[in-house]
Amino acid sequence: MRMSPALDRLRVEIRRIEAGERREAGVLPFGVEAIDRVLPGGGLALGALHEVTEGGTGALDGAAAALFAAGIAARTKGKVLWCITRQDLFAQALAQAGLDPARVIFAEAGDEKGVLACIEEGLRHGGLGAAVAETARMPLAASRRLQLAAESSGTVGLVLRRRRRSTDAADTGPPSAAATRWRITALPSSPLPVPGNSFSSLPVPGIGRSRWHVELMRCRGGEGADFEVEACDAQGRLAVPSELADRQAEAGRGQIRDLPIRVA
Amino acid sequence: MVALDAAAAAAGLRIGMPAAQAQATVPGLALRPAEPQADAEALERLAVRALRYSPLVAVDASGGLPADGLVLETTGAAHLHGGEEAMLADMVARLARIGITARAAAADHLGAAHAFARRCARPTLVVAPGESRALLEALPLAALRLPAGMPAALHRLGFETIGDLARRPRAPLILRFGPELGRRLDQAFGHVPEPFEPVRPVDLVEVKQGFMEPIGAPETLARYTEKLTLALCAALEAKGLGARRLDLLFHRVDDRIEAVRIGTATPQRDPARLTRLLCAKLETVAPGFGIEEMRLAATLAEPLANRQSVSSLAEEPEADVADLVDTLSNRIGERNIYRLEAVESDVPERAQRRVAALAEEGRRSVPPARWPRPARLLPVPDPIDTIALLPDHPPVGFTWKGVRHRVKRADGPERVFGEWWKRDAETAAVRDYFRVENEAGERFWIYRAGDGADPATGSHRWFLHGFFA
Repeated sequence: MRMSPALDRLRVEIRRIEAGERREAGVLPFGVEAIDRVLPGGGLALGALHEVTEGGTGALDGAAAALFAAGIAARTKGKVLWCITRQDLFAQALAQAGLDPARVIFAEAGDEKGVLACIEEGLRHGGLGAAVAETARMPLAASRRLQLAAESSGTVGLVLRRRRRSTDAADTGPPSAAATRWRITALPSSPLPVPGNSFSSLPVPGIGRSRWHVELMRCRGGEGADFEVEACDAQGRLAVPSELADRQAEAGRGQIRDLPIRVA
Repeated sequence: MVALDAAAAAAGLRIGMPAAQAQATVPGLALRPAEPQADAEALERLAVRALRYSPLVAVDASGGLPADGLVLETTGAAHLHGGEEAMLADMVARLARIGITARAAAADHLGAAHAFARRCARPTLVVAPGESRALLEALPLAALRLPAGMPAALHRLGFETIGDLARRPRAPLILRFGPELGRRLDQAFGHVPEPFEPVRPVDLVEVKQGFMEPIGAPETLARYTEKLTLALCAALEAKGLGARRLDLLFHRVDDRIEAVRIGTATPQRDPARLTRLLCAKLETVAPGFGIEEMRLAATLAEPLANRQSVSSLAEEPEADVADLVDTLSNRIGERNIYRLEAVESDVPERAQRRVAALAEEGRRSVPPARWPRPARLLPVPDPIDTIALLPDHPPVGFTWKGVRHRVKRADGPERVFGEWWKRDAETAAVRDYFRVENEAGERFWIYRAGDGADPATGSHRWFLHGFFA
């Protein structure tokens, strides 16, 4: 990130004042340099709340957001609490994103309030690797509670915002106290490394590794950016598409965007 | 005749008929001598078994002897069993399994529930709060638990239903029929409380604390909860037991009993942990004018031996989350905390099942899926309209929920055969799964029922089954 030494010192100072008595939980790097570079501390802050929404038309019903969160949870240690109102996840897909289903404890609460209460309990506990909640609504006060709970224990909290209607796609959602907010949109998959004629009998080309447009829409202590990445592999790691990896301008540094400052 | 079964009732017999008359009406009638004592004991045993639903269960003798039912205070307990409807259905089904035909009703107060359970034709009935009065007024007088003979006397005066009686001025009625009539009416409508003495199993591990002055402050309740838990854990340790279920009862000065119940996934006797679980529920307790006695009982206890923990000093052990699972189970119900375990089945909707959150990890014999699987699976596949070349081409496009998707890339088919060794209906069934991607990059999992050639293998209609990320 572009910054002068003076700014750097100032940031450290601010972080120290903000931290107060809570312990420093460290960060979880994505292993993708472009993303880690724009995140303060060089990775996704542990002991903080992160919000993930799904972009696009919403036809996929939050599948990409779920796997993005699963990939993050997969790289933590310990059990993962996944709070939902209605079960529609497929365990084999979680395993394919690196998250062993044996590690995931599902809590199926009857309503959204219950979901928020469950993830708060999980975040306060401290023994979990990650706590995930799927909810359509998260009021500002609730997000603050979750953020404080995550800070107190050092567990990473992930809130998947499910959309009830497909019309609110452009809506960035109400303000929240989350440390980062991500928006994941499915992109056409990576082209398969197949020479043209060997599969020419196929009616349409095959599907390669999934690609996502990952937007970091809000980041406390950092700037927004967006990236084009390949979806989680079996270890939960994202990757930079190979044809982009060479293009420094695009992939080497995430594109810094001007986002309106929003006070949460 | 004291009791009869459905067949006997159909043959025209009635309760109260002399045995000789009954035998004359139905030749070859099987008669058994009544055993009121054994009946009462059996009912008592049922009451103890019904403790699984609620900490407050009693044999319902309020309708006059002999007792013919159970009464449960289910406030705050129903959601742990999937709601009131599900809980009542479960009760009736369990009783049916041991050969008892039962009817269950849930209502605002004991008096109303008593009447509905005995007067409703359906096996289970849940009356929404505040609606019992209207239903009650339509019931006949006999539902009111009046002393023998009184309903008939009232009937002679022209009273048919409870509503007729309730709408009359009370004083003249009581002058003639005594205060019992007024009391029963008030109990049915919930104007006066109706305390009952809950059953306790005989070999119960229980500690109690009486108070000279009634207590009510939340901090005081929490303090004594901790003291009682310590005492109970000591008692459990002496017996080598751990608690799976704890009931904390608060006897109020006005003769009502408030109850708090917690459950744990594994036997426990760690006072700090049990206290925390109990205190989390204390806010549901209404102390009213004060509480004069608290009782803490381990209504379900299992052997718990001391155990040496194995640890390698080199690596950090994985944190224990059993206490978190207990906390959440007590909040949203045990059945809603689970893990998903892979099942050896190619049919996607049967490829996973729920297991208890703290269950031992399976034998891991199920190989991981070889082909990409969708992150989200529709509970019921959604029919879609497609244009596709048979037998094995993916569709050119499909329409789902009124939106048309053009297929730009696709993989497949992945053929899934029906489990003919389990279900006859799937002897020939085949599904051909395709992974398709539209222009925007959205990836779907769709399938065609049938192999595209033979109609016996399926309807050849297309369905959407899941979403890839």
